[in-house]
Amino acid sequence: MTDQLSSGAGDDVRELALAAMSKTPPAPPQLLHTPVRRRSPWRAITGRTLLYVLLIALAAVYIYPFLIQISTSFKTEPEAALNPLSLIPQTWSVAAYEKLFQRSDFPLWFANSTFVTLCVTVGRVFFVSLAGYALARLHFRGRAFVFALIVAVMAVPTVVLLIPKFLVINQLGMYNSYTGMILPLLADAGSVFIMKNFFESVPVSVEEQARVDGAGSFRIFWSVVLPMARPALITIIILSFQGSWNELAHFIISASDPALTTLTKGVASLARGAGLGSGTQYPLKLAAAIIMTIPVAIVFFVFQRRIMNSSAGAVKE
Amino acid sequence: MSALAAPPAGATAPKPSPSRRRPGSGIRRGEGAAGWLFTLPVILILAVFLLVPVLMALWVSFSDWNGRGSPLSSGVHFVGLQNYAATTTGGGLAERNFGLALRNNAWYVVFVVPLQTALSLFLAVLVSRQVLRGRGFFRTAYYFPSVTSSVAITVLWLFLFSASGVVNAIIAWFGGNGPNWFSDPRGLWAVVAGWFGMTTPPAWLTQGDFLGVSPWEWIQGPSIAMSAFILMAVFTTSGTFMLVFMAAIQNIDPALAEAGMIDGANGWQRFWRITLPQLRPALFTVLTLGLIGCWQVFDAIYTGTQGDPGKTTLTPAYLSYQASFNDNQWGIGAAIAFILFVIIIVFTLFQRWVLRDRPVSQRRIRAYQPKAARQNGATR
Repeated sequence: MTDQLSSGAGDDVRELALAAMSKTPPAPPQLLHTPVRRRSPWRAITGRTLLYVLLIALAAVYIYPFLIQISTSFKTEPEAALNPLSLIPQTWSVAAYEKLFQRSDFPLWFANSTFVTLCVTVGRVFFVSLAGYALARLHFRGRAFVFALIVAVMAVPTVVLLIPKFLVINQLGMYNSYTGMILPLLADAGSVFIMKNFFESVPVSVEEQARVDGAGSFRIFWSVVLPMARPALITIIILSFQGSWNELAHFIISASDPALTTLTKGVASLARGAGLGSGTQYPLKLAAAIIMTIPVAIVFFVFQRRIMNSSAGAVKE
Repeated sequence: MSALAAPPAGATAPKPSPSRRRPGSGIRRGEGAAGWLFTLPVILILAVFLLVPVLMALWVSFSDWNGRGSPLSSGVHFVGLQNYAATTTGGGLAERNFGLALRNNAWYVVFVVPLQTALSLFLAVLVSRQVLRGRGFFRTAYYFPSVTSSVAITVLWLFLFSASGVVNAIIAWFGGNGPNWFSDPRGLWAVVAGWFGMTTPPAWLTQGDFLGVSPWEWIQGPSIAMSAFILMAVFTTSGTFMLVFMAAIQNIDPALAEAGMIDGANGWQRFWRITLPQLRPALFTVLTLGLIGCWQVFDAIYTGTQGDPGKTTLTPAYLSYQASFNDNQWGIGAAIAFILFVIIIVFTLFQRWVLRDRPVSQRRIRAYQPKAARQNGATR
């Protein structure tokens, strides 16, 4: 009795990481055997209709705000305030976009975000898979200790580290530099965890063959194991791209130079009232928010399948 | 093994690696060095940007550093628990700010965690129906808000909830008069009390204080402005957690639900008695992550309101930033960060304890037994 009612509560983060590794696509929906008690067909039909009405209503709540966002960015400012609900602007206007690209630092913010995100993603994928491989496969003294350290680090909430990180970045003379913005983001304990789990699921026999042939550890990692790790690498790329593109707090504490402003920081400054000119400027702000959403939206739609099948790929703070 | 294989400072007697063969022999020669070399970049970065910062911030929280020069220079003095004292006692502004931030965030947690858990579970159950057309579309629709950045969503929210915004336009359809959301410091329960004619709090609720905040201020709930942030958090996180629940639902053996059906359980009973108990690990994950995330609200406050109106959207995370970077009270900022750290740990442990596996109570067992057996048990 007891066993049936209480299923084991697993470790939170570990669970998610493991879930990420389940490469198997979701099982096709299984049909139940014929129900024992047949419901009348009318009740069944009403039930189904209600279900779809509910699903569609909920979907509307989730999607409508984004549609309004797009249409408002093409409205004039008075219309945005007067007619916030309409999906089609009465007078189309690209003034918001023009202003954004021609009379603000927006292009610079976009370039900074792109540069930082690319560096972080490339670097993180390399370092994290290297460490994950070592922890999964290489036998060395202190491995258990290193692993324990990484698990411990995963438990520290990021917001608590804001001031501490600034102190070190400042002390090391990296404040207001790309180094200070990029370097601390290169290692991510959670990603190491995911890679380690993945490498443990790869059969050892392939590597041993290469080892017998005399290949060194790095050679085995680079030309034998890494090409096999594509699914896990894509997970890490998505996580790291989304994470660094959407990162705000770290960039606030690592730089104050306007030349190093990223999109998140720049758009936040627009929202905070340091806008361009007077008024509420909602079309302008919403346009900026749309453009900064486009890259993550593209990554999302391209890798949608993978994100949906691995719950960890979805977790964002 | 080379010098690289030496354990870093602080490591005492590393445990032997679980290899069957001794490292350094035969075909596995050189693995020790490679192992450390491969993990070194990650270890260095984590140590320099996580471990060292925590130690340094711990020092700052016990010092009078004002942001000039290095906190390690000789002009900075050890002041003991002074910063912690100023934050939690003493009746000053620092104490009141911290009390308000704590109150705001506590109400935020009280609303967001149950709402996001219930909504994501509800969405997951709907989308996991066995026969469903357009499953992919619905899943994508509910999940999409989760991938966008918190800054972009906050900007959208500022527009939706502005005085002449979308939400108020919808409220106007129904003949209502929406508030000016992000400028309204009134507490939610205070507004509700106002509907029943209670405009001034009873005197006994305004006397005394905890952390510089009176009982009336503690209990009046999240402000209207904070409520908008609460809705935003539920909107953006429900999709993420829906995926966690969906993965768990997929792993449930449908035979159990069928058995329940044969025994005559209706859909409602099957959900509560069969599906939900099996979702416990997922529920645990969602509650833990939700709780940890909710105590870290920063991006939305930084982008949206900076703690206004009337400090009702101030959160400990934002207060810690503000105290340090804007007011140059680095000791207090660091102290708040550490108190926040302790709060998060305590809440996680508490919740682990509440949701722990425990033997099923007699009362609970009886509820599951057929009537005849129950009567037998009663006479025994």
